[in-house]
Amino acid sequence: MKMRIILHLSQENDASQMVFTKSSPWAFLELHQWSYSTEKGHEQREEPTSWPVSGMGAHRFQGLVPDLVHGTYSFLGEGERRGMVFSVLFFLVRRPLSSPWIFHRLLISPSPLSQSLSLSFQICEELYLLAMEPCCIEPQWPADELLMKYQYISDFFIALAYFSIPLELIYFVKKSAVFPYRWVLVQFGAFIVLCGATHLVSLWTFSMHSRTVAIVMTTAKVLTAVVSCATALMLVHIIPDLLSVKTRELFLKNKAAELDREMGLIRTQEETGRHVRMLTHEIRSTLDRHTILKTTLVELGRTLALEECALWMPTRTGLELQLSYTLRHQNPVGFTVPIQLPVINQVFSTNHAVKISPNCPVARLRPLAGKYMPGEVVAVRVPLLHLSNFQINDWPELSTKRYALMVLMLPSDSARQWHVHELELVEVVADQVAVALSHAAILEESMRARDLLMEQNVALDLARREAETAIRARNDFLAVMNHEMRTPMHAMIALSSLLQETELTPEQRLMLETILKSSNLLATLINDVLDLSRLEDGSLQLDVRTFNLHAIFREVLNLIKPIASVKKLVIALNLAPDLPEYAVGDDKRLMQIILNVVGNAVKFSKQGSISITCFIVKAESLRDLRAPECFPVPGDNHFYLRVQVKDSGSGIHPQDIPKVFTKFTHSQSLAAGNSGGSGLGLAICKRFVNLMEGHIWIESEGHGKGCTAIFVVKLGIPESLHESKLPFVPKMTRNHRQTAFPGLKVLIIDDNGVSKMVNKGLLLHLGCDVTTVSSADECLRSVSQEHKVVFMDVSVPGIDIYEVAFQIREKFTRCRERPFIVALTGNTDRVIKENCSRVGMDGVVLKPVSVDKMRSVILDLLEHGAVFEAH
Amino acid sequence: MDLVGQLQRQFVDYTTSLTREGFLDDQFKQLQKLQDESNPEFVVEVVSLFFEDSEKLLNDLASAFQQKIVDYKKVDAHVHQFKGSSSSIGAQRVKNVCVAFKTYCEARNFEGCSICLQSLEQEYHLVKSKLETLFKLEQQIMAAGGSVPEL
Repeated sequence: MKMRIILHLSQENDASQMVFTKSSPWAFLELHQWSYSTEKGHEQREEPTSWPVSGMGAHRFQGLVPDLVHGTYSFLGEGERRGMVFSVLFFLVRRPLSSPWIFHRLLISPSPLSQSLSLSFQICEELYLLAMEPCCIEPQWPADELLMKYQYISDFFIALAYFSIPLELIYFVKKSAVFPYRWVLVQFGAFIVLCGATHLVSLWTFSMHSRTVAIVMTTAKVLTAVVSCATALMLVHIIPDLLSVKTRELFLKNKAAELDREMGLIRTQEETGRHVRMLTHEIRSTLDRHTILKTTLVELGRTLALEECALWMPTRTGLELQLSYTLRHQNPVGFTVPIQLPVINQVFSTNHAVKISPNCPVARLRPLAGKYMPGEVVAVRVPLLHLSNFQINDWPELSTKRYALMVLMLPSDSARQWHVHELELVEVVADQVAVALSHAAILEESMRARDLLMEQNVALDLARREAETAIRARNDFLAVMNHEMRTPMHAMIALSSLLQETELTPEQRLMLETILKSSNLLATLINDVLDLSRLEDGSLQLDVRTFNLHAIFREVLNLIKPIASVKKLVIALNLAPDLPEYAVGDDKRLMQIILNVVGNAVKFSKQGSISITCFIVKAESLRDLRAPECFPVPGDNHFYLRVQVKDSGSGIHPQDIPKVFTKFTHSQSLAAGNSGGSGLGLAICKRFVNLMEGHIWIESEGHGKGCTAIFVVKLGIPESLHESKLPFVPKMTRNHRQTAFPGLKVLIIDDNGVSKMVNKGLLLHLGCDVTTVSSADECLRSVSQEHKVVFMDVSVPGIDIYEVAFQIREKFTRCRERPFIVALTGNTDRVIKENCSRVGMDGVVLKPVSVDKMRSVILDLLEHGAVFEAH
Repeated sequence: MDLVGQLQRQFVDYTTSLTREGFLDDQFKQLQKLQDESNPEFVVEVVSLFFEDSEKLLNDLASAFQQKIVDYKKVDAHVHQFKGSSSSIGAQRVKNVCVAFKTYCEARNFEGCSICLQSLEQEYHLVKSKLETLFKLEQQIMAAGGSVPEL
């Protein structure tokens, strides 16, 4: 291809122009200096030295470039040389570089050497382009100014963009808090900046440019190359990371979605739980069965927005289910359905809620209207627990349980489905209902039991009151009879004894003796009966005091000896050596017991011997007592005395032994004769022994083998035996001249002159300071704080003793120095004692009073504040 | 001295016989116990008082029974008094009669009461004479220089 380049170079005086008719994008102009050295006489081409032509660089050559011509090219010349040939090399730079054109020839006229040499070139000939392969050379198109301009502008904008991108990046990264790859950013920014710089610098290379520009361009390009390579290398590491960030982001998104799902699930569960709690609370807040069931249905209906909710309970026969409760009251209650339907069995066989068809009989609660689609129906079983189901090891898993059926219907035409959590809710509620129902059942049972108990209580109360009335009537009767019976008795005895003193014929005397004996017997019997009735109604109290135990036995022996000797019986008494001499208890009654037992022994023995053994019961031998209900526990201040009376008499048949202690029974097989006894003796003994917290029984091996009567009684151990503070030492040892109470002020109320005098003398004898009055007023006037004891004869007519006593009490309650009040009476029975204690009297004493009795009474008062013995 | 001893023995026998015959009981012994140096005439005083009281009571009773309509309540009260005093003294037989008397009173048995009244008077005089004898014996002993034996 030929290209015609006309290079017009101008001399100083000759302007020439370089005109390119077709421009190539880039062209270099180089000046080559060929130097000849003619000294040697031959042409020696030296290596061309090229100079960049200032004012030219990578330039687009367009049009005229007159500057080229006028440019000054400076070079250093060394030495004079002649025949310098200058060639101008054109580098047509395109990508890739094309080969230079060489001027072929230039003529340069030597001119005086100067620093600046202006050259003028003359293009004498055409330039020929070295033939190159046409493929390396692209069709040239003439330098189009417009295109150039556009390219220029685009380059400019590219540079601008390139500079602004990093700025934006920096700005936004500074703003964002999280960016892990700052140094990447720097690198990238540098890369972009350099690219921009390159583009910017290339703005200058469109036209001829100087070497500086070329250097700058090169530097920029080099740097850009370095940075971009570094960036490229770095990106190899970074991009996977960034991608992984992306994957992580994806993963997190998935996780978040999953968590959201789970959250949704938990929330629904919590909703369900809340509903259940609320339902349970509602259900459990009442114990009434109907309310429970109604509340369940209402709450379920509300929570699940049900259309209808029904409960079918099994009937009594267990063969049918009866519609018991519905939510909307739209159906006849009482509607029944047989229990053996397959769908019902299906529901009953599992404790889950089961979806059933809306057409089955239990669900067909509304009259079917053709147009709507019935909603889904679910049924669940409700176990009905009965009280008999609650056995310890058998918590209700029995198959013979009864169930009720709960049917729940969603609203029709709503296209709602039963969700899993709703089903769970229903199951839980069913369980709760079962529990609540069982509680209600238990409550009903207990209410019934309580009502029963209340009825029983009322009945018992009535019975008790009746019994009390009866007892009171009996006591009144006895109290009256006591007096009524005794008085004639005494009269009879008194008169008979009087009669005895008169002149009587022997027959009369005999008759009288019999009368006396009978009346004595009768008196004893009456006393016994009265005693027994007192024992039985529990009003008898033991007169506990310290007494001489050994003396009791001796007395009994003395009493029995005459009779025994008449019957030629030998009596032997054995007292254990560790038997204490003194004991605390009711000696009179004890003597009665011993006398009775020994007397029986004597009575029923015709010959032989009777042995009485007494000892203290030790703890070990307590076990072998015949009485299982008696558990004597010896303690510090009491002991158990055991007395055995063995006789060799007729004995008792073992079968009759229990009857012996019952009242009024007589064994018919007893030998005739003086079985003089009312049959009460042993009964009374047993009562006394029981009062003394002991036991009495009889052992016998049969007829003719004798029998042994044994009793154990509890006696107290007197506290201080060494001090002679005992007030009840036998009378014989007391010096009756002793004045025991010097100066004790006493007041006597008595209207009978004689007895007043007697009592006064008695008290004076005891050293007291006695005042006597005979009326209530005098008494109240005279009684003062100094009087320590007031003796009142209760049989004084016209004085209400009790009133006086009350008044005395009233008078002295404030001062707390009240005198003791003692009643003297000829007759002590319970009524009088009760009345006396009611008004606050401190004792009752039976007339006539002996010196010793008076002494002991006063001692009692002073020591214990009350009188113990009243006989 | 023999006289004293004899008298004392007589005294003891007499007292014993009184007791045995039922005229006096234990209560009388108590009374005797109460007699000491500070109260040497106690028994005599009490017995004298008893005699006075009894006589009055007997008069009252007699007059009560001479009424057209017998006031049994009053009679009962008197008898009660008599019973009290006789038992304080220890006059046993008198007391027994009183007991019987009270029964008849309550039964409002006129015949019985009359009999009792007579009996009462009889007994009373008996015991009175006995006691007077006893006191005479005591005085004799005292006069003879001895001391009354205790029983």
